[in-house]
Amino acid sequence: MKVSREFYLLSNGASVPWAEIPEWPGEEFIAATAAELERGGRLAAWFGVPENAATRLVAVIAFDADNTLAVGRSAPLTKSYPSLTLHHPQAHLFEREVWEQHGLVPAGHPWLKPVRRQNGDHPAVGNFFEVVGGEVHEVAVGPVHAGIIEPGHFRFQCNGEEVLHLEIALGYQHRGVEEALAGGPHRATMSQMETVAGDTTIGHATAYAMTLEALAGTEAPLRAQWLRAIALELERLANHTGDLGALAGDVAFLPTAAACGKIRGDFLNLSALICGNRFGRGLVRPGGCKLDLEPERAAQLLAKLRVALGEVNQAAEWLWDANSVRARFELTGTVSHRQANEIGLVGVAARASGLLRDVRFDHPAGWHRFAQMPVSTWPDGDVFARARVRWLEIQRSGKFLEEQLATPPDGEIQDGGLTPAADALAVALVEGWRGEICHVALTDGAGKFRRYKIIDPSFHNWAGLALALRRQAISDFPLCNKSFNLSYCGFDL
Amino acid sequence: MILRLAVWLLLAPLLPGIITKVKAWVAGRRGPPVWQLYYDLFKLWRKGVVLSTAVSPGHVAGPAVAWVAILGAALLLPAGPALAPLAFRGDALLFVYLLALARFCTSSAALDTGSAFEGMGAAREVSYAVIGEAALITALLALSVQTHSISLTSMLAPPAAGAGAALLAAGLFGVLLAENCRVPFDDPTTHLELTMIHEAMVLDHSGPPLAAILHGASLKLLVFSVLLAQAVMPMESLSPLAAAGELGAAILLVTVGVGLVESLLARLAFRRVPLLLTTSFLLNLFALLVAWKGGRL
Repeated sequence: MKVSREFYLLSNGASVPWAEIPEWPGEEFIAATAAELERGGRLAAWFGVPENAATRLVAVIAFDADNTLAVGRSAPLTKSYPSLTLHHPQAHLFEREVWEQHGLVPAGHPWLKPVRRQNGDHPAVGNFFEVVGGEVHEVAVGPVHAGIIEPGHFRFQCNGEEVLHLEIALGYQHRGVEEALAGGPHRATMSQMETVAGDTTIGHATAYAMTLEALAGTEAPLRAQWLRAIALELERLANHTGDLGALAGDVAFLPTAAACGKIRGDFLNLSALICGNRFGRGLVRPGGCKLDLEPERAAQLLAKLRVALGEVNQAAEWLWDANSVRARFELTGTVSHRQANEIGLVGVAARASGLLRDVRFDHPAGWHRFAQMPVSTWPDGDVFARARVRWLEIQRSGKFLEEQLATPPDGEIQDGGLTPAADALAVALVEGWRGEICHVALTDGAGKFRRYKIIDPSFHNWAGLALALRRQAISDFPLCNKSFNLSYCGFDL
Repeated sequence: MILRLAVWLLLAPLLPGIITKVKAWVAGRRGPPVWQLYYDLFKLWRKGVVLSTAVSPGHVAGPAVAWVAILGAALLLPAGPALAPLAFRGDALLFVYLLALARFCTSSAALDTGSAFEGMGAAREVSYAVIGEAALITALLALSVQTHSISLTSMLAPPAAGAGAALLAAGLFGVLLAENCRVPFDDPTTHLELTMIHEAMVLDHSGPPLAAILHGASLKLLVFSVLLAQAVMPMESLSPLAAAGELGAAILLVTVGVGLVESLLARLAFRRVPLLLTTSFLLNLFALLVAWKGGRL
């Protein structure tokens, strides 16, 4: 794999002056981006920046094997540009989003419809793909679901119990996060970041803090980076444990479902032990962390962590030992390695299809430069694989925490004020528990946010769920859905 | 007769309570009280009914007829020392037909809503019933051949427990799980509409009709428990008190067994449900063979 020579190269958590980013006219920019993708790149971000009456496109491409990010931009465009999606399906949702936000038409896009735009008090979901035939029927599920979960609409085209096609319409939780961030950082910005996706508080807060630090040309103190890494793994442990329990619950396997529900709470309480909030709010701040973890509390944390890890080990053993569970998990909701690569899956879903894709390993920043994490993968791409990857990561996160809590670095926890550079672009990637969180900030002449782009891992992965359902029994949808467990609010922004 | 009716009606809601309790214990929780279903029924009975604008009167009539049909089936069964309140030559056929009528009414009430979920639930229910009913009929046939009778009162008084009884017990337990929508065939506690069978059919019911459905379901569980117990346990030589005790213990055993199955097994994928149902059918079929050829083997 060769690294791009033309795009501007930078590493995770770095910034670049806006003027230094290479620029192409519309069509050439698409061709250059396509060339980077063909060279083995992966689209991490693709968004528009309004400039007068026109819009510039910005592409952030990740070269995972080379631990490098590449940034390029187009000249100001109006009306339309040739669609990238035709040859690179991973761009499909990005192009729909740019069309929705800036009115730039990706000419030739096969399925151009709104992503999350509102029409009155509900999203403009557009038309659904329809299958016609005597035995074919349509099932509509949501946006209101039979549980305390987020809203989203699922439209199935079925032949009896078999799903031919699933289309997912989201946007019910659109609350204008990116619009609210423009002109910032405001006083509310940090709290807004912590609630982009409430179950990924540490992930998004860390990405935001890294972005601001990159813009200011500094770095958080080592001890703060250490504490962020610990909080991130605690978040992963809580959510992965909850997911294993929920997967067991969906196939009515009581022992693991009951145990994991409780253990998830134990892990959440460990986050609360650090910062007083079970979801980790109020811990990560630009320039460091707001709270320190003294040795006494670290020892307490370690002791409780060991208990919880022992319990989750037992609960997982029940799950893996049950043949009836294995029969449900295996060969259900398969996403092939090739599909996963083409649609640009990230996180657990990508690794469960055998892709080596983990920001902590590929684009290490912060504490992960000093404490490496191995990548946990499984080749099969089915529900079993996604459950298995979660289990591998629970074990490795547990080991990581045990090691790190024993050897804390000394020093400050928080630096003084940060002054973001003017007219600069910064990129931060964080491996949240779902996958790659990407934040890109562009400042104006006064150092305020001209554009702030957030890409939650769910943005990449919802298409994976739709593919997983092809030729599956519709009764297995809840199980497949749970195995991805994607965020609605992180997508809807 | 009135007393027997009262016992059936009052005792039935206890069974789901016991199952829930067993599941809670296995999971290390305290669980709701065993009387929970009584409270729920009382609550539902006092509530109003919310009806979809799309439904016909059949939507409310369905659960009512189904409830009466299941109660009728219950009255055809002998229970321990007591003979069946209603008994005549050929009542075994009526028993099967009453259960089928109940299923028909629940399914047609579900289809009446025009909802995709309820349609799917009804389709699944009647598809699996094809095998489930065959298994039940085979079991009754085995009992009939064994006792040379087609009246439930004499059919359900087996002479002695043997290989046939063991086969029949296993086969009927499978039928019981399937007919009462228990794990591994269905999951009565799920909230996920797409995975439901029976629960999907009753999504649009509320108030007293829902109470009738829930009570009817518990009654059906008791009917199958009694059928299973009576079919395999010889009680004729026992004193009335001992027979009643034995029946009670057997019902409790079956209920706890259902609870344990639900605690320790994941439910099956839908495409595998027919396999397990067919296994129940085959077990009953072998019981029939044993009853038929038993003397000469």
